Amino acid sequence: MSRFEFIETSVTSGTAVVELNRPRQLNALNRKMVSEIVEAIETFDRDEEVRVIVLTGKGHSFSAGADIDEMAEDDPIRLELLNQFADWDRLSLVKKPIIGAVKGFVFGGGFELALSCDILIAAAGTEFSFPEVSIGVMPGAGGTQRLTKLVGRTKALEWLWTGERIPAEAALAHGVINKIVAPELLMEEAMKFAGRIAKQPPLSVRLIKDSVNKAVDYSLYEGMQYERKNFYLLFASQDQKEGMNAFVEKRKPNYKGK
Amino acid sequence: MFETIRYDVKDGVAWLFLNRPDKLNAFTAQMNREIKDAVKAASQNDEVRCIVITGEGRAFCSGQDLSEVDESMDHGDVLRKHYGPMVKQIRQCEKPIIAAVNGVAAGAGFSLALACDFRLVSEKASFINAFIHVGLIPDSGNLYFLTQLVGPAKAAELSILGEKVSAAQAAELGLANQLIPAEAFEDEVSAFAARLAVMPTKAIGLIKRSLKAASVLSFEDYLEQEAQGQRTAGLTADHREGVEAFLQKRKPVFSGK
Repeated sequence: MSRFEFIETSVTSGTAVVELNRPRQLNALNRKMVSEIVEAIETFDRDEEVRVIVLTGKGHSFSAGADIDEMAEDDPIRLELLNQFADWDRLSLVKKPIIGAVKGFVFGGGFELALSCDILIAAAGTEFSFPEVSIGVMPGAGGTQRLTKLVGRTKALEWLWTGERIPAEAALAHGVINKIVAPELLMEEAMKFAGRIAKQPPLSVRLIKDSVNKAVDYSLYEGMQYERKNFYLLFASQDQKEGMNAFVEKRKPNYKGK
Repeated sequence: MFETIRYDVKDGVAWLFLNRPDKLNAFTAQMNREIKDAVKAASQNDEVRCIVITGEGRAFCSGQDLSEVDESMDHGDVLRKHYGPMVKQIRQCEKPIIAAVNGVAAGAGFSLALACDFRLVSEKASFINAFIHVGLIPDSGNLYFLTQLVGPAKAAELSILGEKVSAAQAAELGLANQLIPAEAFEDEVSAFAARLAVMPTKAIGLIKRSLKAASVLSFEDYLEQEAQGQRTAGLTADHREGVEAFLQKRKPVFSGK
C-alpha cells in the first residue's frame, strides 16, 4: 500500500519515477498532491540508490493545472497563513537531476511544475500554457519568474498576457524544453536520457546543477567564484581520481558517487 | 448529429459525405465545423482505419458559399476560425484519408481535396483554383499542398490563371492518384478504401508523420524522427503479425494495432 494518495513512485536501476496519478482530472494539482510530489522527490534526493528522478503524469496529460475548486473561495490571509508555495521552494532545493517527461496539456500549475524540472522531454503534440489570466489571477508558483528567466521578458509577457497555447515546437524553439519525441516513446526516451545521466559521476552531476542554478541568480563574477569552489571540491572525490586515472589508463571509469 | 454532412462508419471505413447537393456542397461555417468534428471522431474511433471524404450529388465541393460573404467579413478571421481548424484536423489525423473527388472541386473545395492523402478522381471531376476570379488568394492550405504536389511553377499557373483542370489533366499533373470512369467510381473508391482499411494502420500513421517531418526537419533531425517512428512501428502487433505471416508463408491479418 502506497503512502501516497495522488502520486505513484517506483525505482528502476538508479532512476526514480514519480507519476502524477489523477488522470481523470488530467492530473489537476491539489495542495496535498503537491506536498506528496515534493515529499517523494525529497526522499529520493536522499536515497543513495537513486541518481536521477523522472517526473511524469499518468493518462493523456502531464497536468492541466491547479485544482480551481480548491481555491475559488480563498482569501489573502488564508493564503498567507497556509503558505502553500513553500512546498515549491523546497523543490528548488533538490540536488539530483529532475527530468520532466511531459505530454498533452501542461497548463498553469502543471506548467510551473514542469518548469521546476531540470530537463524537459515532451511528447509531440504537447501544449503548454499559462491560462491564469483568463480567470482573473496569475501564476503564483514561480511561473512569471522561471518562464522569464528561460525565454526573456518579451516572450514571457506575450504568453502570460494572452494565455495562448504554446505548441511543443515553439517551446523547443524558445528553449523551454530539451526535445520532442514520439508520444508512444515518451517514457522510453525519458528513461534512456535518465540512464545516461545516471551513469555519469553523481558528484559532478550534482555540483554542475548547483553551479548552473547559481548562474541564473548570481552576477557573472559571483557565479564564477562559486563555480571555482565546486570545481575544487570535486578534487576531494574518489570519482575524480577514478575518472582521471581511467582516462590516463585508457579504460572505462567505474564511478561510486563518493 | 450532423446537418451539412453525412457520416457513416462501415467495415472499418468512415464515410464523410458533404451533403448540400443543391448548393454544390459549398462550405458554410457549420460545414467546416462538422467536417472537423467528423474527422476528429474518426481519428479517435478504434474501429476506423480509413476515412473517405466525398460529395453528395454532382459536385465534390464548390468552395465557400458566397451567399455568406458580406462586406463586414474579416476574411483572415474566417480562415483562422473555420477553415484553418478544419484542415489542421485533417492534417493531424494519423489514419489514411481519401478525397473521392466525384465532381467539381473549386476554391476551398480544391484545398480540401489537397489536404487529403489520396485523391481518387472521377472522370467527371475537375479542379479549379477559382479564388483569383473573385480577387482572392488560394486558402485553407491550398498553396502549401499544391506546391508540394505539382511544384511552384505549375502551382503559380493554376492559381493565377485560375483555369479549370480536367480530371485527365489532374492525373497527368500528379494531382490524382487514380483516374476512374464515372460509372465505376463508387465501386473503385469502396475497393480502395477497403484495401487501406485492412493494412497496418499504425504504420500508415507513422509514415504520414515522417512525410510531414521530411519537409520541416534537417536531415539529422529527420533521421532521429525516423528512428523513433521505426521503434514505434516495431512495437506494433501488426509488425509481429507481418513477420510471422512471412515466415509461415501465409497472408498477414493486420489488426491496425
